[in-house]
Amino acid sequence: MMNYIWPAIMIISVVVSFFTGKFEAVSVAAIEGAGDGVKLCLELCGVMCFWTGIMEIAEKGGIVKRISKLLSPLTRLLFPKIPQNSRAMSAIVMNMTANILGMANAATPLGLKAMQELKELNKNKDSASDEMCMFVVINTASIQLIPATLIALRAAAGSAAPTEIILPVWITSAASVLVGVTAAKIFQKRKAL
Amino acid sequence: MKTISAMAIPVILLVILAAALFKNIPVYDTFLGGAKKGLKTTVGIIVPLVGLLSAVSMFRASGALELICHGLSPLTKILGFPPEALPLAVLRPVSGSASLAVLRDILNNHGADSFAGRVASVISGSTETTLYTLTVYYGAVGIKNARHTLKSALLADFTGFAIAAVAVGLFFSR
Repeated sequence: MMNYIWPAIMIISVVVSFFTGKFEAVSVAAIEGAGDGVKLCLELCGVMCFWTGIMEIAEKGGIVKRISKLLSPLTRLLFPKIPQNSRAMSAIVMNMTANILGMANAATPLGLKAMQELKELNKNKDSASDEMCMFVVINTASIQLIPATLIALRAAAGSAAPTEIILPVWITSAASVLVGVTAAKIFQKRKAL
Repeated sequence: MKTISAMAIPVILLVILAAALFKNIPVYDTFLGGAKKGLKTTVGIIVPLVGLLSAVSMFRASGALELICHGLSPLTKILGFPPEALPLAVLRPVSGSASLAVLRDILNNHGADSFAGRVASVISGSTETTLYTLTVYYGAVGIKNARHTLKSALLADFTGFAIAAVAVGLFFSR
């Protein structure tokens, strides 16, 4: 997909720049953007290391497993057709836990494992099942407890209180996930009728 | 409210550390192991970030983003959405790293503690890169028909953008 989006962004930029007369700025921006990519990584590095370190402690210390148990009523509600003790369900729960704890590295492999398990339960192999749609929708929404990257960026930009946005973030996340999940449930019912 | 928000992270840190110590986990070694993975991830995103940021920075320098945002501005006025944060809302569902760069721009140019800076922060913290996730997850299992996934996910994104402005307005003075 990026093989189309990436050149599209560049081509649109160049074409628009011919009309706006900003073609010189565009070529400067290309080089500046490349440097910015490296700078951004350097700024993020310390905080990334810190939080992945803390998350490792959370995993080994049993907090992750406890959250999995806490989530089970929720997962039962979201995926009523999937047996609680199935491999699909345990992958789903671990993926959601990793997402909540902001372990993006762990969340994606666990999410892909869950997709594979869901595909085995899915009779129609080419088309997504209701459970797959629900699962992907949840993964396209953010249900992260601590938005570590965001806090790092705010600190780097000189915020007086980088973490003060966390409550509004939680409220907004909850509203957004709720709408996504409700929409998925409504669309799946309409399809069944 | 502000204090509760700022206390969340120290409290979570305390709980995680206490639980690990209680279980006799070698906390420091575990931390180093995890941090090393974080370093690896950061190094891994340098090259894709360079590729994307040069494209996106071209896009922004060309005036194309302003063109799109200008077209959307009547809608944001009705919603009470800060126009400075609009480029982020446009890019957020498409590219995670591009929206991260745009967020950084907004924070640096308008201030992390400005209304626009806070709304942009909340959007970044409460939404995900929809298109990327869809491509990776369905691509991995060879599903061609994603059915109602995209429209449900985009509805969630739009809700996030609107609620972000409302929530920031509730917690902080403009």
